[in-house]
Amino acid sequence: MSDGLRELYQEVILDHSRRPRNFGEPKDCTRCAHGDNPLCGDEITIYVKVEKGVVERVYFEGRGCAISIASASLMTEVMTGMKVDNARALFSRFHHLVTREAGSDNDWQELEKLAVLSGVREFPVRVKCATLAWHTLNAALGEQSQTVTTE
Amino acid sequence: MSSKVVMDTLQASHARQYCKFVPEKVRKDFPILKSTIKGKPLVFLDTAASAQKPARVIEAVRHCYEEEYSNIHRGVYYLSQRATENFEYARERVRAFIRAKKSSEIVFVRGATEAINLVAQTYGREQLERGDEVVLSQLEHHSNIVPWQLLRDQIGIVIKVAPINAAGELELDEFSDALGPRTKLVSITHMSNALGTITPVTEVIAMARARGIKVLVDGCQAVPHLPVDVQDLDCDFYVFSGHKLYGPSGIGVLYGKQEHLNMMPPYQGGGEMITSVSFDQTKFAAPPHKFEAGTPNISGAIGLGAAIDYVSQFDFRRINDHEQDLLDYATKSLSDTRGIRLVGTAADKGAILSFCLDDIHPHDVGTIVDNEGVSVRAGHHCAQPTMDRFGLSATVRASFGMYNTRDDVDALISGIHRTLEVFDT
Ligand SMILES: Cc1ncc(COP(=O)(O)O)c(C=O)c1O
Repeated sequence: MSDGLRELYQEVILDHSRRPRNFGEPKDCTRCAHGDNPLCGDEITIYVKVEKGVVERVYFEGRGCAISIASASLMTEVMTGMKVDNARALFSRFHHLVTREAGSDNDWQELEKLAVLSGVREFPVRVKCATLAWHTLNAALGEQSQTVTTE
Repeated sequence: MSSKVVMDTLQASHARQYCKFVPEKVRKDFPILKSTIKGKPLVFLDTAASAQKPARVIEAVRHCYEEEYSNIHRGVYYLSQRATENFEYARERVRAFIRAKKSSEIVFVRGATEAINLVAQTYGREQLERGDEVVLSQLEHHSNIVPWQLLRDQIGIVIKVAPINAAGELELDEFSDALGPRTKLVSITHMSNALGTITPVTEVIAMARARGIKVLVDGCQAVPHLPVDVQDLDCDFYVFSGHKLYGPSGIGVLYGKQEHLNMMPPYQGGGEMITSVSFDQTKFAAPPHKFEAGTPNISGAIGLGAAIDYVSQFDFRRINDHEQDLLDYATKSLSDTRGIRLVGTAADKGAILSFCLDDIHPHDVGTIVDNEGVSVRAGHHCAQPTMDRFGLSATVRASFGMYNTRDDVDALISGIHRTLEVFDT
């Protein structure tokens, strides 16, 4: 197996895809957004509870490949408890790193547990999978409306 | 002459007519199959999306540009005459290939998608009225759904869908039930790109015809695999794309019965489709030119003609036998593989296999087998309603062309084992 493939499908990724964290629809969410990837028919819904400018909880539901589910699951973990501004900044950093050809390992280390997703860079067609949940969360955190959909 | 002699002569001429179909030799005609992907020989199993091109097609396109190119139907000079002849010869090749009566029944378009849109916007807009029904099947590609929805939004037609069973087959009695007094048109695929099902078009057309209903057949997937005779089928329209028939992309065919093409209004206006223009009035050219506004895809048509020449050197039945052998072999091999669920198990199938692997998402399968050099499609294959029938959002699809061999199937199987390994199941 190529190293790239091994890096893409690390144990942590497989674990999160099999047992996604924060999966389901919470009762007390304040915002939600729906995202889909028309290319493959994958869908995701992100639920967030925002209070006093802080992301108290993030939940998600949906169907997708191992990469998209693992990315969503990891995202909910790191985002919980973050200030909305910081959450949006993290979205930009993450997006920048997965879509950029080369990112130094230092850049990724700063993202801590998200670093397991760095293998996606070698598979450009899979970047959309890794970023779907993030775009959707970003939409949910958007100011315009309570419910945003990318459809 | 005794009948024995006649038979012998017939067989001899038959034998002389075709080259022997040897897949290993055929592979060599396709330059791209010599390439490697990630250091491994390319195993191309996505022919249903678009077929690879034989050197003969590539050469015909090169020849067109390097030696005989100019605009067509316009110049009095030699080069323009040559280009026009080559373009019209391609039309004649298409006519003979699908056994149409006249080459004026062959309209060059960009592809099947444009052909269906053309019929919806000309025939459909003129012949259908609010409340009239168009019957589709649950096997349709989005390109045979959306044009009818556009027409529905414009003039208020009603779209009805004939369902498929759990094997992915169209059931004729359910199809018959879908036909009503207001049904004016049936638009149906000849072979499903998502599942490989070959539909009983002969029966479908007979049923429709008995009720005075017109039929459009989407032959995109059928044309590369089955001999097609539009007169024998007696369909009103037949459409396909050149790129799936080993020809260039951006060229396709609308076959329409002359009587329909004659009365249909033009699709687009412009040069080439007129006999005279003044600011008050324009006289339209006769079909097929009436539907070919503007400078067409000249090299594409010529390339398509070459693709037809290429496949026609073989007895089509031999190509079909070979592909059926691959399908049987692949079906058996996959069925013997742990975790495989085949989606679409129709009795009458072309060389397409859709499947799921455990609960591993098709995209993950696609990425991992690609790493082994095997190109397969993962997704909904532009047939979401078909996927919905099986409660799926996506499948992995392996589709075969004349150049594939059993080795390609073996490579796919080993890619699947690799996937199971990665996912540790
Ligand atoms: C059955 C079927 N119909 C229609 C189409 C559309 O063909 P094109 O995209 O070449 O216009 C395809 C191609 O994917 C197909 O498989």
